[in-house]
Amino acid sequence: MSTTASPTGLADPDELDLGLPVSYLADGHSVRSWLLTTDHKRIAILYAVTITVFFFIGGAAATLVRLELATPEADVLRADTYNKLFTLHGVVMVWFFLIPSIPNTLGNFLVPLMIGARDVAFPKLNLVSWYLNLGGGLLAVAALILGGVDTGWTFYVPYSTVFSNTWVSLTVLGVFTTGFSSIATGVNFIGTIHLLRAPGMTWFRLPLFVWAMYTTSLMFVLATPVLAVTLLLVLAERTFGLPIFDPARGGDPILFQHLFWFYSHPAVYIMVLPAMGVVSELITCFARRKVFGYTFMVYALVAIAVIGFFTWGHHMFTSGMSPYAALVFSFLSFIVAVPSAIKVFNWTGTLYRGQVGFESPMLYALGFVGLFTLGGLTGLFLASIPVDVHVQDTYFVVAHFHYIMVGASVSAYFGGLHFWWPKITGRTYPETWARFAAILMFFGFNLTFFPQFIAGYLGMPRRYHVYPPEFQIWNVLSSAGAAVLAVAYLMPLGYLTWSLLFGERATNNPWDASGLEWRTTSPPPRQNFFGSPRIQGGPYNYHPEGVAPVHDQPRLPSRGSLT
Amino acid sequence: MTGLLVPETASLQAVLTDRIFLGLTITSALILALVVGLVLVFSIRYRRGSKANRHPLPEIVSREFEIGWTAATIFLFVFVFWWAASAQIGAYSAPPNAIEVHVVAKQWMWKTQRSNGAREINELHVPVNAPVKLIMTSQDVIHSFFVPAFRLKRDVLPDQQTEAWFQATKTGTFHLLCTEYCGTDHARMLGRVIVMEPEAYASWLSAQPEGDDLAHQGERLFAERGCAGCHAPGSRVHAPSLAGIWERPVPLAGGRFATADAGYIRDSILQPGRDVVAGYAPVMPSYAGLLDDGEIQALTAYIRALGSEPAVVRVPGAPEVRSNVPGGVRERSPAMVPGAPVLDVPAPAGPGSRP
Repeated sequence: MSTTASPTGLADPDELDLGLPVSYLADGHSVRSWLLTTDHKRIAILYAVTITVFFFIGGAAATLVRLELATPEADVLRADTYNKLFTLHGVVMVWFFLIPSIPNTLGNFLVPLMIGARDVAFPKLNLVSWYLNLGGGLLAVAALILGGVDTGWTFYVPYSTVFSNTWVSLTVLGVFTTGFSSIATGVNFIGTIHLLRAPGMTWFRLPLFVWAMYTTSLMFVLATPVLAVTLLLVLAERTFGLPIFDPARGGDPILFQHLFWFYSHPAVYIMVLPAMGVVSELITCFARRKVFGYTFMVYALVAIAVIGFFTWGHHMFTSGMSPYAALVFSFLSFIVAVPSAIKVFNWTGTLYRGQVGFESPMLYALGFVGLFTLGGLTGLFLASIPVDVHVQDTYFVVAHFHYIMVGASVSAYFGGLHFWWPKITGRTYPETWARFAAILMFFGFNLTFFPQFIAGYLGMPRRYHVYPPEFQIWNVLSSAGAAVLAVAYLMPLGYLTWSLLFGERATNNPWDASGLEWRTTSPPPRQNFFGSPRIQGGPYNYHPEGVAPVHDQPRLPSRGSLT
Repeated sequence: MTGLLVPETASLQAVLTDRIFLGLTITSALILALVVGLVLVFSIRYRRGSKANRHPLPEIVSREFEIGWTAATIFLFVFVFWWAASAQIGAYSAPPNAIEVHVVAKQWMWKTQRSNGAREINELHVPVNAPVKLIMTSQDVIHSFFVPAFRLKRDVLPDQQTEAWFQATKTGTFHLLCTEYCGTDHARMLGRVIVMEPEAYASWLSAQPEGDDLAHQGERLFAERGCAGCHAPGSRVHAPSLAGIWERPVPLAGGRFATADAGYIRDSILQPGRDVVAGYAPVMPSYAGLLDDGEIQALTAYIRALGSEPAVVRVPGAPEVRSNVPGGVRERSPAMVPGAPVLDVPAPAGPGSRP
């Protein structure tokens, strides 16, 4: 590499005199320098720590739930405890892990780097957003410690407003608070992507991950206020006795469902669009090919974000909605699957004529494609009214949304975490362990959730702690899979922690990737780049027209020159 | 009772649903096989270091592929939508000759009742090959009536009425489950649907005692517990008449007004000295501890049935009570038992009750 005439306009970090502490990690070591930081990279680390804690809290609850379900009888947990545990699992995983996972960790870290900015548009708001997220999470965990909540993560009324004597208000307040974190993050990303792109970084030169963050941010900003209002109404009804949803006083419980799913169906896309962004980056890098149909991929992201707002009604086919309304929602739910299908085909097409390598991030990405496809296809079952009527609120639905939200979203999060780990921490991790964990996670996941499709079709309802014995075989398989999955999730916790302490120094671009974030040191300096980036071409310049690929050697993270 | 992979198919609707389910399963399996197959083939053929051809595709070919699979996907999904939707529309309304069954869900049991008053708890006997229409409501939270073998599910909402219908095609006993989470014992809110041959059903039905509806029970209690001694027209003790007061403002001592709803009637039975009707002496004793919740419900139902004059209309030969309750929000949710306002009674006390 040469020090002059770099196509990005950046000085080559390896060639600079690096006598000073330049890493953002080394830019202050006090607790204060972390808790009051406005550096998007440090805030990303703060989020990563919080969501990891929440992930393992939610995971512990899931483990107990699966333990109870290994037998048809209630032999581990009482009904009440079980209800509180699955609620805890859902509340923590959805609101405090899945929704902030990719946007607030990887997104926060990468969006400014990928567009050549020094920070996000509103750095202080970014920090406030983390405190709101943490504060909301602490309220919810406080509710758990004080006695728990038994409503399920959906807080359906009138059970949650009038009948439940548990800590609903505090939990709802926690979710309400964390919603502002989402809104702030969304505003920040939109501002950043509009205002702070480096010279030459046009909209259609943005990496797909940035596009995914942009569309996700639009959903954050447009949908979350509806959730906030809904939760506020629940609080008002519980606290001041206002008859909003209570049918005995003229309220309408179905209104709650409309409002709730108007947010919570787009929320599914909030969880999966970022995952799509991550996977696009991984597949193109490890296939060493430009993304197949980049513009279609962008349009598909936008289409999912837009149509995703009009499909919420398919959660309520059994609630007695008008059959004509049901048809409209059914139709739109089929249509929203089209852009998702386009994305799957384009990821597959990206592999065609590539140089496919199987490092751990790629294993997660390929696993994602399979799990997302199966999850998406079973979504068509739920869009078909007669089939939905049968499987609604059974384990079929549980399996479906776990394939999307866990199989796809969490796989992508882990893939992205492994891919950008050397950039974020400046350390490498043991690749063999990482590959083993990725494969174990894939098999553990399928063993856990595939049997639930069958149990659900046979008629096993969700949220049951005891069940008719004929469903047992499928639950035993599922519980066994959960044990495998638990091990697979604990492994990265082990070897990534090891990597932080003992891992080798990472090079600046261990995967030989083409993104702008790899054109700086690992870890990046506080100001992100050495020099001002200038962008002269589209993303994913892996396989230029008419030129044979140059990257033939496997590029594993290796010892770099930077200390 | 069910197979290992496929649930038992025991209704007309189940056959339809299974057909769509099978079609979707085959389509999905093909698409999944295509995607996974291509991913595996490309990954292996174009693995790093293999000697495959890697010349870039011409732009025009990429575009054709893109348009091709987008169009194919849209066509396929719209076709599946049309197929599933047409089955849905065709099966929406119950035939007019369907047997009507009223279902009341509450934490945590299913109560069913027929027009002749025969009642069951957590059971529903029906004849085979006859359409059955369910008219459902809930006394507390949202429940959902689910019979897997019939592919039948419908939410049961408080203060609203939902309907569903099925036609069983097989005799036997089938699970009736609640699928909308409804509180602590949600998982134990189970019942059975027993599908019988028509003759067996007829003899079962004729062996059922004709039940009283709530308002009739209340009428009996009204006499037995001494209410009639004061409140009946022409009684010796001077007490306000109850005819026609339901949901109407009642003048109280001190110039206030109370609405004679379920809560006021309950309070008046348990704490009669609190809100005495203007012009009457506070002579009524408290019935706290003497009447249980069910009895208060029945009495409330009776007072509702009294409505306004003419209060009770007896149809000769049929034990039906018709109340002409004045208008209001409740008219949109007719009571399960004709005349008996099960929708208006307070939820039973205990954990999970209204504060």
